[in-house]
Amino acid sequence: MTTAARSAPSTSTFPLPSKEDGGERSALPPPILTAEGLVKRFGRREVLRGVDLALGRGRVTAVVGPNGSGKTTLVKALLGLVHPDAGRITFDGAEVRPGDVAYRARVGYMPQAARFPENLTAREVLALLRALRPAEAADETLAAALGLAGEMDRPLRQLSGGTRQKVNAAVAFLFRPALVVLDEPTAGLDPVAAGVLKDRIRAEQTRGTAFLLTSHLMGEIEELADDLVFLLDGRVRFAGPPAALRALTGEGRLERALAHLMTAAR
Amino acid sequence: MTVAVPAAPSAAVPVLRYALRDAVRGRWAPLYALFFGAVTDALFRFSGGGEQVFLSLLNVVLLLVPLVSLVFGVAYLYGARAFVELMLAQPIRRRALFAGLYGGLLAPLALALVLGVGLPFAWHGGAALAGPLARLLGAGVLLTAAFLALAFLVAVRFEDRMKGLGAALVLWLLLAVVYDGVVLMVAYAFAAYPLERPMIALAMLNPISLARVLLLLDLDVAALLGYTGAAFERFFGTAWGTGLTLGALLGWVAAPLALALRRFHRKDF
Repeated sequence: MTTAARSAPSTSTFPLPSKEDGGERSALPPPILTAEGLVKRFGRREVLRGVDLALGRGRVTAVVGPNGSGKTTLVKALLGLVHPDAGRITFDGAEVRPGDVAYRARVGYMPQAARFPENLTAREVLALLRALRPAEAADETLAAALGLAGEMDRPLRQLSGGTRQKVNAAVAFLFRPALVVLDEPTAGLDPVAAGVLKDRIRAEQTRGTAFLLTSHLMGEIEELADDLVFLLDGRVRFAGPPAALRALTGEGRLERALAHLMTAAR
Repeated sequence: MTVAVPAAPSAAVPVLRYALRDAVRGRWAPLYALFFGAVTDALFRFSGGGEQVFLSLLNVVLLLVPLVSLVFGVAYLYGARAFVELMLAQPIRRRALFAGLYGGLLAPLALALVLGVGLPFAWHGGAALAGPLARLLGAGVLLTAAFLALAFLVAVRFEDRMKGLGAALVLWLLLAVVYDGVVLMVAYAFAAYPLERPMIALAMLNPISLARVLLLLDLDVAALLGYTGAAFERFFGTAWGTGLTLGALLGWVAAPLALALRRFHRKDF
């Protein structure tokens, strides 16, 4: 499953890092989430054209690609916000069927834009989420670490964009999820908060939590990502560790290597 | 699935609770109640008495309740888009979220109408009109439910906020204003034919007409409508006719709601 899901579609500009490290990979635990052949059309526009993906446990997978390459649609399809037209998604080895919602109890999501019901406070939003999962233990340590304690009882409309983004981060980590999806997580966060969030990501990683990250900040990706998925025009053009991409393109810096992929694909 | 945590079937309840709290703090529900309170109070002060107040109020309710429910419902759903996305990333079924949002809007709107109109009636001593008032408020609540359902249908149908608001306004114009004109034209053009049955059918096809017929018959003013009025009275005045009217109004709640829910299920957020 791991290797199959990792192999790029035949239209790939670049082959995958070859299977020579396959032996090492098969020793890894099975991925927490896989997607095979995801297709999504909006009207006549095909946004995802057969995307394969595997998110390893304890690994940070970064989805990169130019604007409009399908990153957000891919993330939303994995979460069930967008219904794929074709393809298959598994979570923890079981297939996710349309209408399945239970797997989302083990997924944390930090959307790009932090918007909440404006008249509620952060404390009330967290309470609402806890009310939706009464059986689970909530963990609000991230809210405290991000310095939200003093902001918990103010209406969300009065909070700055960055502070709301912190609430968003606290929401994503609330239930010790097995997979955390972070859509441009540090955009809008101050460096201290971004540092706290990154520390938390690393700490959770050692517990086996998987991360799916989209970001435009190459530095952040270099710092965090164990695996890269490069998406262009709805197809995966590269999937593998950053080092493999550097070796493949002969570029030392990730930004250059991705630019190399992009121009080669055009 | 190995995932053992089931999605709470009662997930609609917390959503509803938070939508209600949002409505109260957002001040729009109290304002809406205050508006009806002011109108009703003014009608009592400046017009003759009970029945006249009731008739004026009937027209205000029949025009404004659909407009406010439609525009407000559409605007609210577009505004709640990010919240809907956040909720849908939780282990909550779309049906539960939909029910929570709908109930969270319906309850404050209906309560604002009932309190806003009912309280002035109470302090002006309109006890003699308690029966008709109860039916007016009942019809108002049903209209709120029907037009909120239509608002949800419009909001899930149009991706673009301005298009959605435009469609809501057009829908209101059609049902509240244009429809009566068309009915009148039909009546005029076919004046030489017996029109009672077609007229009854036409009244059934519009929730506002339905509510109006139901309430006018209550006031014994049907005689003013001439022969058609007599036919209306014969039809709608019976228990069977009232039941059918009520059923048709409920259909105007259920049908758009079912269609909206179906679209909500399939929608990409």
